[in-house]
Amino acid sequence: MSERGPRIAVVTFPGSNDDGDARLALEHLGADAVAVWHATSELDSDIGGVILPGGFSYGDYLRCGALARSAPVMDAVREFAAVGGPVLGICNGFQILCEAGLLPGVLRPNRQLEFLCTDVTVVVESAGTPFTSGLARGDELVIPVKHGEGNWVVDDGLYAELVEGGQIVLRYAEDVNGSRDRVAGIANRDGNVLGLMPHPEHAVDPLLGPTGGLPLLQGLIGAARERLAGYALGPR
Amino acid sequence: MRLTVLIRPKAGILDPQGDAVQASLAHLGFAVTAARVGRLVDLEIAAVDEAAARNEVERMCAELLANPLIESFEIVSGPT
Repeated sequence: MSERGPRIAVVTFPGSNDDGDARLALEHLGADAVAVWHATSELDSDIGGVILPGGFSYGDYLRCGALARSAPVMDAVREFAAVGGPVLGICNGFQILCEAGLLPGVLRPNRQLEFLCTDVTVVVESAGTPFTSGLARGDELVIPVKHGEGNWVVDDGLYAELVEGGQIVLRYAEDVNGSRDRVAGIANRDGNVLGLMPHPEHAVDPLLGPTGGLPLLQGLIGAARERLAGYALGPR
Repeated sequence: MRLTVLIRPKAGILDPQGDAVQASLAHLGFAVTAARVGRLVDLEIAAVDEAAARNEVERMCAELLANPLIESFEIVSGPT
């Protein structure tokens, strides 16, 4: 296998604003970041992972993430996720994944009605996803958050199922926005789709502050590399 | 065909916007004990009759206009 890092798509919707940082962070970690426009309806077959970045896609009109779910690129992301491709939704990306039905629940305005912009400590609740495979349950990561609508809501029955299934991946060490039981990040049943409000792409270089985002992005890159290696060996 | 959709936060769902409006109204001296803030969408629909139009709007609500986890919706006759 070549030393070249795996190709990871970073989707840009109208109103995304952390797509550039996401690409820089991936490149910083040795991946080959590929900018993908929202109107693209197919992902290249050599894409090993996808990031839906933070921002305010479509101006947050209707509900955060609601309009992005019908973007052409989301059909490709849905297909990619359905065959096990790793998808990481950060902040607005998390909101989009929820609205698109790829993750359970929905993100509501912060309980305190304030835009929150600060470093937070999150605790790893499940190491059973590719994104947290380099971590152990109970590990703490310091990562910045910056959002007005990060208050994750889900009904009691579904919440119990998610806890049971190990789909609660990250919790804030302390309540920051009213999110149910301090949930900061959740995965789908197979663990290959992760959504989180904190911004790992802003926490990869000690020069700029905490580096809690490193293991999560390294997890994504590792999963992308494995996926592409599998393809190289497979019938394609 | 003109129809209007009223979208409301479901009972029991925290509505910080409504709480802020209630607090501001109370601050202005109004005796308001609760406020909930929703959304209104006026639609102009090409459909053979009102029943067909309402069916279409039901689907629009399910697919995009409302999130059933947190919102309820009501379809009423639109402005004439």
